[in-house]
Amino acid sequence: MKIWQALKEAIASLSANRTRSFLTVLGIVIGVGAVIGVLSLGQGAEASIIGQIESIGTNVIYVFRGNTLEDVTNPNSLTTADADALANRTRAPHILNISPVLSGQSSVRFGDESTQTSIMGVAENYAEVTGIELSEGSFFTESNVTNRSSVVVLGPKLAERLTGRQTELVGTTVHINNYPFRVVGVTKAKGGNQFSSPDMDAYIPITAMQLRVKRQTIPNAVDFLLIQAQDSQSIDDAMQEAKSILRTSHRLSSRQPDDFTMTNQQDVLSIANSITSILTIFLAGIAGISLLVGGIGIMNIMLVSVTERTREIGLRKALGARKFDIQLQFLTESTLLSVFGGLIGVGFGWLLGEIVGAIAANSGTPLVPQISLNSVLLATLFSLAVGIFFGWYPALRAANLEPVEALRYE
Amino acid sequence: MEQTSQASMPVIDVRNLTKDYRLGEIMVPALRGIDLQIFPGEMVAIMGPSGSGKSTLMNMIGCLDSPTSGEYYLDSLLVSDLKDDELAIVRNQKIGFVFQNYNLLPRIDALENVTLPIRYSNNTANMRQRAEAALQSVGLGDRIHHKPNQLSGGQQQRVAIARALVNEPAILLADEPTGNLDSQSGKEVMDLLLNLNQQQNTTIVLVTHDPTVAAQAKRIVQLFDGLIKTPEAVS
Ligand SMILES: Nc1ncnc2c1ncn2[C@@H]1O[C@H](COP(=O)(O)OP(=O)(O)OP(=O)(O)O)[C@@H](O)[C@H]1O
Ligand SMILES: [Mg+2]
Repeated sequence: MKIWQALKEAIASLSANRTRSFLTVLGIVIGVGAVIGVLSLGQGAEASIIGQIESIGTNVIYVFRGNTLEDVTNPNSLTTADADALANRTRAPHILNISPVLSGQSSVRFGDESTQTSIMGVAENYAEVTGIELSEGSFFTESNVTNRSSVVVLGPKLAERLTGRQTELVGTTVHINNYPFRVVGVTKAKGGNQFSSPDMDAYIPITAMQLRVKRQTIPNAVDFLLIQAQDSQSIDDAMQEAKSILRTSHRLSSRQPDDFTMTNQQDVLSIANSITSILTIFLAGIAGISLLVGGIGIMNIMLVSVTERTREIGLRKALGARKFDIQLQFLTESTLLSVFGGLIGVGFGWLLGEIVGAIAANSGTPLVPQISLNSVLLATLFSLAVGIFFGWYPALRAANLEPVEALRYE
Repeated sequence: MEQTSQASMPVIDVRNLTKDYRLGEIMVPALRGIDLQIFPGEMVAIMGPSGSGKSTLMNMIGCLDSPTSGEYYLDSLLVSDLKDDELAIVRNQKIGFVFQNYNLLPRIDALENVTLPIRYSNNTANMRQRAEAALQSVGLGDRIHHKPNQLSGGQQQRVAIARALVNEPAILLADEPTGNLDSQSGKEVMDLLLNLNQQQNTTIVLVTHDPTVAAQAKRIVQLFDGLIKTPEAVS
């Protein structure tokens, strides 16, 4: 018997029992739907996280104090002096910009409204390094930094929270840590989630930060340094240059290990990538279990079907059907069921992803579910395999029936 | 009994065939040593009381069941030597089986039912024409697209006969083919079988309880308690 003939018969036999076929398929629909939904959301989350990281700029290098790989006692603090040392065109031709960062939580007040948020003490070129754009006003200047000016750039959400508006704020005054700061600009919204978003931050000159908000024992210490390389190709060179300059300014002998750690955006990207992939695979695995449950449902119904059709099997054998013919007939049915369920499941999973994506977008987290051809192929192949695997035993049972016993079956 | 057919090789040659059924601890002997030769073109009626082993014997001849001991040659082929798939080919090519309860598949129409044995064979050429011709030969050329439940019992049995004949088998086996039919339909079915035997020279073995039906056969084999009582010809 040819495959297409077996397919035709299987379709006829399955549609003779529509309700039952539909209910059996439901298990696979839910299983495949869950897998596809999770995969599409996972890929969407990955894209959104990568997008956020990339918006900072892929040619950015972070320098932190201390060394996680080697034992360093009393590592030097990173300071604004380090930042100044790095700004050396001849020793570091591949470094474009440097901004030290000193951040801390502080109260911000506008009139009667006040809130607690994170204040970023940065240099004037921080906006350029991180790709921050302004919706009004301008970022503070180099002279603001040298003069320890009390000026501030507000994130749009913070502005909204304090003043109820995001425009016409330049020239107004907010109080940070009870010191008055003049608003010089408002940034464009960047997104993020409700736990951490640059849109809730306030940016002030790092010198003002050291003076008014976060006094420290080492006066010019900073949290970390941001270095922008000339372009993404020169990241490695820029890192080498920064390393040698910092070693000099920290007075490290050649035997001493670095007392600072550098990572670049690429490293952060690949870490974020692998974390989301692991999470996605883990969740898809859990969803895959429901696919197995669906498979067991198919096996169950196929066993019932074999029992119900014992006489039919006996008759077919009496007419000359070989074991293979009977096995093919029942395998075709189970596979058709699961592949059909798989295809509906892909649609269902797509819907699921869209719904969750819409809910996420509503609560302020941009998450666009992405269905890749690969995950659709994977789900289809997997449901095909489920159909064959769970249909095998019932089909074998049908094929092994003795014709005379089967014909006598009531 | 014609000398001519005696002289040729028997198409069915059963030697000392026994069949025991196991019922829990005890063994039930259904056949206790059957010797039977049937020649090409014969029409043989098997009679005997209920439980005497008629169906058991028919199932052996039809290769649907295997004997406990003894030998069975079909067309000079030792059936007990055959593997499962070879048996399937024998059932498909050499044997046409007609059941008391027709055994048509209810979902598909008469034509599809008759097509089934062709589908399981190697030669699927002109499938539809051959199935139609078989239905025509049993007088159902105008009912090919009727489902079994849209046909009378006699018509269903004629579809079953068409299905049994469609691969042109060496022997036609019929276990109480008229058992479920009223006398008129039963007579039509018997006329059809007789006609097949006389016109096409088809070898037919049928089981019946009806002496007038049996009397139409050329030979009657009486079974009692798993043994053949009078294996000689009746006139
Ligand atoms: N599957 C089975 N298991 C146990 N015993 C069986 C089985 N099939 C048949 N028998 C026994 O074998 C004997 C012969 O049965 P068989 O069906 O061949 O009789 P029969 O002559 O066809 O009877 P009937 O005229 O009622 O159809 C009976 O005693 C029956 O009980
Ligand atoms: Mg019987």
